[in-house]
Amino acid sequence: MAKVILRRIVLGFIALFVAMLILFSLSRATGDPRYIFIGPEGIGIDPEVWDLMGEKLHLDKPVPVQFAYWVSDMVRGDFGESIALQRPVLQVIKDRLPNTLKLAVASWILGTIIGVPLGVFSATNRGKFLDYLFRGFALLGQSLPIFWVGIVLIFFFAAQLQWLPAGTKGEGGFISFKHLLLPAITLAWYPAASYLRITRTAMLEVLDTEYVKLARAKGVGMYTVWWKHAFRNAIIPPLTLSVFVLFGLVNGTVIVETVFAWPGIGRLAIEALWATDFPLLAGITIIFGALYLLMILMLDLVYAFLDPRIKYS
Amino acid sequence: MRMFFIMRRYPIIPMMVIGLLIITAIFGTWMEPHDPIRADVLSRHIPPFWMEGGDTKFILGTDALGRDVLSRIIGGASVTLLVVTASVTTGVVVGTGLGLVTGYFGGLVDDVVMRVVDAWGILPQLLIIIIIVLTFGQGLFVLIGVLAMLSWTGAVRLVRAETLSLRSRDYVLLAQIAGASNTRIIFRHILPGVINMVIVTATLGTGTIILTEASLSFLGAGIPPPDPTWGKMVGDERMYVGAAWWTSFFPGIAIAMVVMSGNFLGDWMRDRFDPTLRQL
Repeated sequence: MAKVILRRIVLGFIALFVAMLILFSLSRATGDPRYIFIGPEGIGIDPEVWDLMGEKLHLDKPVPVQFAYWVSDMVRGDFGESIALQRPVLQVIKDRLPNTLKLAVASWILGTIIGVPLGVFSATNRGKFLDYLFRGFALLGQSLPIFWVGIVLIFFFAAQLQWLPAGTKGEGGFISFKHLLLPAITLAWYPAASYLRITRTAMLEVLDTEYVKLARAKGVGMYTVWWKHAFRNAIIPPLTLSVFVLFGLVNGTVIVETVFAWPGIGRLAIEALWATDFPLLAGITIIFGALYLLMILMLDLVYAFLDPRIKYS
Repeated sequence: MRMFFIMRRYPIIPMMVIGLLIITAIFGTWMEPHDPIRADVLSRHIPPFWMEGGDTKFILGTDALGRDVLSRIIGGASVTLLVVTASVTTGVVVGTGLGLVTGYFGGLVDDVVMRVVDAWGILPQLLIIIIIVLTFGQGLFVLIGVLAMLSWTGAVRLVRAETLSLRSRDYVLLAQIAGASNTRIIFRHILPGVINMVIVTATLGTGTIILTEASLSFLGAGIPPPDPTWGKMVGDERMYVGAAWWTSFFPGIAIAMVVMSGNFLGDWMRDRFDPTLRQL
C-alpha cells in the first residue's frame, strides 16, 4: 500500500515536471520570450532594459539551464511577475482564489446534492415517468452550453423578473447568496447531470445483485434497501467523479465568471488572455495542475478507507 | 404507434439534425436569405417575425449590427462542422496510432508517451488552450489543433489498454509465430479489435468538442471575426440580452441541438457496437 502511494507520488511529480516542460516550451515557442513582455512592436524599449530583462530571464545561458531556473523559481513559489498588473503572480492569484473557491465549492455541493439523489431515484424508478424526467434534465445539462444557460438565467431572473442581481459577487460579507445563486446554478447543472448519470448506472447495477433481492425478499423495507444496502455500494463511481467534477469546474469557472463578472481566477485568466499576460496564465495553470494532483492522491486514500475491497497492486 | 417504436430503436431525429447540419454547412451560401457578414445599421435589433415589430424578411430577427440571425446561424454551421470533424479526426487518428504503438511495443516509447499523457491530464484544458491561442495567435488551424489535443489523450489511454490485452491473445501470438510482421499484426489483427470502441468514444466526445469550440468563440479565443460562429454570436450579443434576447438565444439552441444529437448518436452506437461500454 505505502509502496503504491509512493509510486503515485513519484508519477505525479513526473507529470507536474512534464507539464512545466510543456508550458516552458510554449513560452519559448514564439522565439525570444522578451517579446512576450513587450508586445510585438517593441516600441520605445531601451537596449539597456532589454539586456537587463534578458539577464533576469537568464537568456544568456543555454536553454536547459533556463528551464532549470524557471522550475526552481516555481518550486520556491516565485511565479514571476504579471505583465499587465505589475504584481507578483502568486499574490494576484491569492487575492482572487477565495472568490473562485466560493463559487466552485458552492456549485460542487449543489451539483452533488441534486445529481446523486436524482440518480438514485432515477434508478429506482427505472422506465417510469420520473426516470425519463430526470434523464431529460441530465441530457439538457450535458448539451446546453453553460455560457448560454448563464445568459438565459440573467435574462429571466435579472432582466425580466428582477429578482436577482445580474453579476458581480456583491458587496461585503463572506458570501452574498443573492449574488452567488445564479452563477452557482449555471455552473452546477453540468456536474449534476454527470452525477445523475453515473449514480443511476451504478445503482442499476447494484439493484440487480442477489443480496439486494434477498434483502427485499426477506422483508426489508424498500427505502432501507435502496439507501442502506444498495446506495452504499454504488457510491464509488460518483465519488471518483467528484474529483474530476471539481477539476472540471476550473474550465466552467472561466466561462461563468466571465458571464457573471465574478472577480475570480477564471476571469483573471481571460483578462490575462486579453493582456497577453503569459506568466500569469502559466502560473494559474501550474497551480491548478498541482492542486489537481493533490486531489487525485487524496482520492486514492479515501478509496482505501471507504471500500476495504479495493486493493492496490 | 409503429413510428414511435422505430424512433426508439433508431436515432431518427439526431440523424436528421446532423444531416441538416451537414447540408447547411455545405450549401449554406445558397440558403442564407441575407449576407451574414454585411452590417446594416438601419435594421438593427429587429425582433423575430412573430413578435411585435418583427419582419418576415428577418425570420429570427437581426443583431446589433443589423445582420440577419438566421443567416448567421446558417453561416456558422460550416465552421462548426469543419472544426469539429477536423479536430476529432486528427485527435483520434493520432491518439489511436500512439495507443497502438505504445500498447504493442511498450518500452521507452510507452513510458515517454504515457508521461506526456499524464502531464496533459493535469493541466486544466481550457486554460492550456487559452495559453496556446495566446502563443500562436487566433486562427482556424490553431483552433483545430488545440481541439484535437482534447481528444488524443483519451484515445491513447483507451487504445493502449485494449492493445495490451489483445497483444497476448492466442490469435496474435499465432500470427507472430506464422511470421507476420509487426505492421501487419497491428493493422490486420489488433486495429479491427479496437476500432469500434474508438469510433464510439469519438462520437460521444464530439459533444464536448462542440461545446469547447463554442466556449472558446464565446470568450473571444476562437476563430477571428468576421466569420460567424455560434459561440461568438452569443458572446457578441450578450450585453443586449435584456433588449434583444433572440440574438443570443437562437445560436445557443443550435449548439444544444447539435450537441444533443451527437450524444444520442454516440449512445446509440455504443449500445449497438460495443455493449461492454454500456456503463460509461
